[in-house]
Amino acid sequence: MKYITEFRQKDVSANLARAIAQEVQPDRTYRIMEFCGGHTHAIFRYGVQDLMPANFEFIHGPGCPVCVLPIRRLDDAIELAENHDVILCSYGDMMRVPGTKQNSLLKAKARGADVRMVYSTLDALKIAADNPTKQVVFFAIGFETTTPPTAVAVKKAKEAGLSNFSVFSNHVLTPAAVGAILDTPGTPDEPPVELDGFLGPSHVSTIIGTRPYEAAAQTYKKPVVITGFEPLDVMMAALMIVRQINEGRHEVENQYTRVVTADGNKKAQALVAEVFELRDSFEWRGLGQIPNSALKLRDSFADFDAEKRFDIAPKQSREVKSCECPAILRGTKGPLDCKLFGKTCTPETPYGSCMVSSEGACAAYYSYGRFRADQSEGKVA
Amino acid sequence: MTGKTNKACIEMAHGGGGRTMDRLITDIFRKHLDNEYLSQANDGALLPKTSGRLVMATDGHVISPLFFPGGNIGSLAIHGTVNDVAMMGATPLYISASFILEEGFPLDDLEEIVRSMGDAARQANVSVVTGDTKVVEKGKGDGVFISTTGVGVIEDGLAIGGDKAVPGQAILINGTVGDHGVAILSKRENLEFETEIVSDSAALNGLVSDMLAAAPSISVLRDPTRGGLAATLNEIAGQSGVGMLIEEEKIPLKPAVSGACELLGLDPLNIANEGKLVCICNAEDADKLLSVMHAHPLGKEASIIGKVTQDPNNMVRMTTMFGGTRMIDWLAGEQLPRIC
Amino acid sequence: MCLALPAKIVALEGEDMAVVALEGVKKSVSIALIEDTQVGDYVLVHVGYALHKVSEEEAERTLAIMAEAGVLTEEVRESLGEAS
Repeated sequence: MKYITEFRQKDVSANLARAIAQEVQPDRTYRIMEFCGGHTHAIFRYGVQDLMPANFEFIHGPGCPVCVLPIRRLDDAIELAENHDVILCSYGDMMRVPGTKQNSLLKAKARGADVRMVYSTLDALKIAADNPTKQVVFFAIGFETTTPPTAVAVKKAKEAGLSNFSVFSNHVLTPAAVGAILDTPGTPDEPPVELDGFLGPSHVSTIIGTRPYEAAAQTYKKPVVITGFEPLDVMMAALMIVRQINEGRHEVENQYTRVVTADGNKKAQALVAEVFELRDSFEWRGLGQIPNSALKLRDSFADFDAEKRFDIAPKQSREVKSCECPAILRGTKGPLDCKLFGKTCTPETPYGSCMVSSEGACAAYYSYGRFRADQSEGKVA
Repeated sequence: MTGKTNKACIEMAHGGGGRTMDRLITDIFRKHLDNEYLSQANDGALLPKTSGRLVMATDGHVISPLFFPGGNIGSLAIHGTVNDVAMMGATPLYISASFILEEGFPLDDLEEIVRSMGDAARQANVSVVTGDTKVVEKGKGDGVFISTTGVGVIEDGLAIGGDKAVPGQAILINGTVGDHGVAILSKRENLEFETEIVSDSAALNGLVSDMLAAAPSISVLRDPTRGGLAATLNEIAGQSGVGMLIEEEKIPLKPAVSGACELLGLDPLNIANEGKLVCICNAEDADKLLSVMHAHPLGKEASIIGKVTQDPNNMVRMTTMFGGTRMIDWLAGEQLPRIC
Repeated sequence: MCLALPAKIVALEGEDMAVVALEGVKKSVSIALIEDTQVGDYVLVHVGYALHKVSEEEAERTLAIMAEAGVLTEEVRESLGEAS
C-alpha cells in the first residue's frame, strides 16, 4: 500500500529507536502529549512504546472528538432520534457511546428509533433525498478534519433545496483545546499536567496548516511537532521533539510534510468559514467550557441547523460518579487510576467515552495494553 | 436478484402442506439435493448403522445480503455446518435443512440457493437427508432463513477440544483472514466499494481429514467465524487456561482485504471467515502439518502464526510487524467502521 | 483522530467526485475540497472526501530522513569507537 507500508518498516523503526535512545538525556523524563486519538491508537496498535526508552512517556490527550463530546450533547442526539420522528444519521464512532443512564444511539435503534450509520455526509444527503417526507438529521462531530465534509453537505443541501435535511453541529477546534490543557490549574487532588511537548494532530493540520500552533508554542514555551499517523512518523517526531527539548527550543516543526503545509487547505478553510461561525463557548467533556472552541451554522444556513429546527429539551445530564474520563482526557490521570477501569467499565460495558471510543486512552489500553499491568510500574502507557 | 414483476414467488400455500408445497419440494428441493435418503420421502430419514462416536452440530443462517461474492446463504449453510462437525475431528455425513421462507420471495432466487446447497453438499461428500419448509407472511422474514444440523462420526483415539491447548504448542491457520467479512461489507448499504474480494466460504472436512491423518494428536481445531481470529484465539485461551503469542507478520492477509480494512478503520483480526480453521498441535508436528496443508487447495497459504504460552491471565499477545507488542482482544460487539 | 488514508485517484466522475483505489479496493469519494485533481494523484481520504494531495517528493524526503536517522547515529558511534 503506497505511502502506508513504507512508513511501517520494522528495520527503520529499530534504527530510529536506537537514535532516540542515544539522544535522550538519561537524567530527565520526556513527557510528551500526543493530542490526537489517532496517535494513541497507533502507539498501542503497533506497540510503539516498546521501542522507546524508559524515560520517554506518551501522555494521552483529548484529541478524540468522541471522547470530548459532553454527555448532554449526546443525550440531545438520542432525544432527536427517539422523540422527534427523524432519521438520525451518525458516524459509526458515536453509536455505542453511553449517554446518561447508559442509553446510546445503538440502544435507541434497538428500541425502534431510526438511527442509521453512515460513512460520509454524502450518504446522509442521499438518505434525505430518498426520504423527502421524513426529517433527516446528521449528527456532526469531529475536529477541523471532519468539518469541511459537513460544510460541503450543508451547501449541497441548500443548492438542492433539501429542506428535510439538517445538521446537529458539534464540531470543535483543536488549538483552543491545546491552550485549555496547558491552562488548567491544578487542584490538590489533581496536580496540573506536566508536559514537555506536543505531538500535534496529523489530519487536522492538513486542513488548518501549521501556523495556528505557533501562538501556543510561543506562549507556553513548549515544542510542537506535527506528526503523521504511521508508527515511523510517530518515532521520527519523537526524535525531533527530543532534540528540541534538549536544545531548549520551542518551535512548531512539521514531520508530516507529505500532506501538511504551513497554510493548510485554503479551499476547505474557506468552505468552512462560509458555512460555520464560532460559538462563544462550548463545553468539552473533561475540560469544561472553552471559549471560541466550537462551531455552529451561520444565520445564512439557519434553515439547516437542527438546534433551530427542533425543540430539544434542556436536560439534566449526569456523568457516572467515579468515572475518571475528565482527568484522563486532561492527561492528569491514567486508565489504571480509575476505580471503574477493567472492573465495571470495560469495552463490553463502557461507562465513559474513554472506553467506548477505540481511540480513547482506556479502550486502547484495555484492548491493546492491559497485559502491561503486570509489568508496569504504574505508568499510563 | 429482485425487483422483476410477474416473477413466480413464494406464497402462503407453499407452506400449507398441500399440493403446492409438494410441488415446490419436488421442483426445487428434491431436484437439487436428491440422494437415497432424501428420496425415502418419509417424516424422518432412515440412516444406516454407524459405528463410532457421533458428533452433531447445528446452525441458523440469517445472513444479509443473501447473495454475495463467492456464495449465498445456501452454500454458506452447508459449509458452516460441515465445518462445525469437521472441527470436532469428525467426518460429516448427513445434514438436515429447514427453510423459513418469506411470502413474496422469488422462486428463482430460492432455486439458485438450493442449487448451491446441492453443489456444496456434493463437493463436501455429505447428503442433505431430510428437511422442512415453512412460509411466513410478508414482512416477517428476511427473504429466507435456513437452519442446518449436521451429524458425523469421529474415530476413536482423537481428543480435540477448545480446552486441550497446552503451553509450547504451535498455532496454525490455513490461509488469509478477513475475506468473507470484507466481501459481505462491500455489499452493505452506505459502505459500498468495489473489490475483487470473494468470500472464502468452503467446506474444510477434506483438509481436516488430511491433517488428522498426518497428526492424529492435534489438540484444537476451530473455525474463526463471527468475531474473527481474535475471538477464536481468545475463546481457546480462556477454555484451555493458557496464553498465546502471535506474530503479526505470519498472519496471511490479502492486500485488498488490508486496503478495505484501512479505508474503513477495521481490524482484519475481528472480521468473520467462512473457510478458515485454526489448528493447535504439538510443536514437533507443526512443520509436517504445514506441508500437508500446503498440498491441499484450501491450505495453500497456511502459516504457523504463533505458539501457546503459560499465562495466568489468558492473554493473547502479538508482536506487531513494527516490532512492538500488543494484545489481541476480542470485541464487545460488532465492529463498526470508524472516522477517528 | 481523523482516520485518513492515502489512496490513488483512478477515475474522475462528474464535477466533484472521483474513484480512488487502495490495493484494488475502489471507492467513490468527493473531491470538492481539493483542486486540480488528476488521475494518478494520491490523495488523503477521510469520511468519503479527499482532503489533500500527497506529495511524492515530500514522502521520499521523509523516508530518507527516517532511514538516515538511525544510520548516522551508528556511524557516529563507530567513529567514537563504541561497541554496538
